[in-house]
Amino acid sequence: MNASATFSLKQSPIPAAAGIGLRLQHLNEIASQADDAPPVASWLEIHSETFLNAGGPRLVMLQEVRKRHPISCHGVGLSLGSAQGLDPAHLKRLAKLFDRVKPALLSEHLAWSVVDGAYLNDLLPLPYNDEMLAVVSANVSRAQDFFGQQLLVENPSSYLSFNASTMPEWDFLARLVQNTGCGLLLDVNNVYVSAANNAFSAEDYLASVPSDVVGEIHLAGHSIEVEGDDRVLVDTHSTYVCDPVWGLYRDVIARIGARPTLIEWDMDIPALSELQHEATRAQAVMDARQPQDQACVA
Amino acid sequence: MWLETQRAFRATVTGVDDAIAPQAHSAHGTLAQRVAVYRNTVQQSLIDVLASAFPAVQRIVGVRFFSALARDFVRSHLPDVPQLSVYGVKFPDFIATHKRLSDLQYLADVARLEWARGESYFAADAAPLDLAGLAAIAPERLASVIFTLHPATRLVVSPHAIHRVWMVNQPDVVDVPAIDIGIAERVILTRPHYAVMVRLIAPADAAFVAALNRKLSLGAAAGEALSVDPAFNLQAVLQDHFIHGTFSTVQTE
Repeated sequence: MNASATFSLKQSPIPAAAGIGLRLQHLNEIASQADDAPPVASWLEIHSETFLNAGGPRLVMLQEVRKRHPISCHGVGLSLGSAQGLDPAHLKRLAKLFDRVKPALLSEHLAWSVVDGAYLNDLLPLPYNDEMLAVVSANVSRAQDFFGQQLLVENPSSYLSFNASTMPEWDFLARLVQNTGCGLLLDVNNVYVSAANNAFSAEDYLASVPSDVVGEIHLAGHSIEVEGDDRVLVDTHSTYVCDPVWGLYRDVIARIGARPTLIEWDMDIPALSELQHEATRAQAVMDARQPQDQACVA
Repeated sequence: MWLETQRAFRATVTGVDDAIAPQAHSAHGTLAQRVAVYRNTVQQSLIDVLASAFPAVQRIVGVRFFSALARDFVRSHLPDVPQLSVYGVKFPDFIATHKRLSDLQYLADVARLEWARGESYFAADAAPLDLAGLAAIAPERLASVIFTLHPATRLVVSPHAIHRVWMVNQPDVVDVPAIDIGIAERVILTRPHYAVMVRLIAPADAAFVAALNRKLSLGAAAGEALSVDPAFNLQAVLQDHFIHGTFSTVQTE
């Protein structure tokens, strides 16, 4: 199972610049802009499952937006960790969308959401062991073969650990990359959240994860829930990126160079200009990077 | 092995017990609190999906009752497709059989109207049939033509005044007038130019559209309409349907 020759990280038409997660609240605003208006960001990312309907205004607006912005498709429902494999009907639904959108990047999560045909609408955690690696590798390879395109797999935010885990998440991801030739979508906020919740070092994680195959970075805000003695960081995507995550992001960019970086905001969504402001901050980090070692990117 | 763990996790996040507990741990704090984060996301996110698909129902029963109702539904009816725009198709039937809603007989039909509106919004695109599309057909063959309803056309028929109830439960309505709920109403939803249009139609017109939906010929459908109301005016009704994009194609036999 070595497909890395087929799916090596290619020069991506999504620029190594700051993008914004396209949400329905802003869809009409962006779609209504004049054809010669400046793009709202260097690129935009959609949640694939939000645009699976047969027709109607939502898809028409997306086509308008597409004229001026490179689009990345970020999946939330493929359930790469499902023991029962990927749902062929869902693969077909997604392929139909990708045929319309021609996304420059495809991504999904190291997580599961489907069991026995029921969809739980959350990115649920996995144990990290050989059994799980075989399941996820088979599912990632299946998806890549079906779409004929490399998948970037995103590290999740998690709130608990499985007793059956035998390796750290970064080792699991490295082996998944080896097995399938997939790339990685490094969510720096998720690393920060999971590290706090599961008592590991975010710095160790970022130093160990295979950086040459990081094709995209996500930045988002989280909430803090305090219950008794427990302080849980919850990946709500409901606020600004916090200062420690900006610090980690700066370190990552200094080490691996500029990458397509997305500002994600999914709840309590503010005006588009707020998201643009966050994107400007990410862009500034990339622009300010000292070209220390010209590390070769893939 | 992993499949059994997935099933235990599903039972945990959709129920109240901690079936997953023997297989997981928390770095600090209790596992129950960590599991609650997942349980809350799964259930609350699906409740929110239903609230945005059925805003008038939510306004009628109130946010708190709706939330409890939706939670019952979520626990017994998880989505079978990872596509939230189709989640809730069974919610109107769930409302119809819910014990605590037996006083609100009309509520299930209001929910059906809201669901039909969503279906119309997301339906496939097609050019609506207009009068010009009919012009090519010889007058003596008109009675035998068969119309295809536009993919976005929906018909909701109720013994209750669901259109009025729906209208006065829009977000911007402040003063809700008294409504005689016992008046039967038939609502047609169409999407001629990307916006969904919701309008009342007469009993004979509803019988006409329902007959066309069963692939009856224009003549036979008009016959059904006339048996409901001898004053049924085919020409006027057709003109109305052409304006509103009820049909997409016409076929001669």
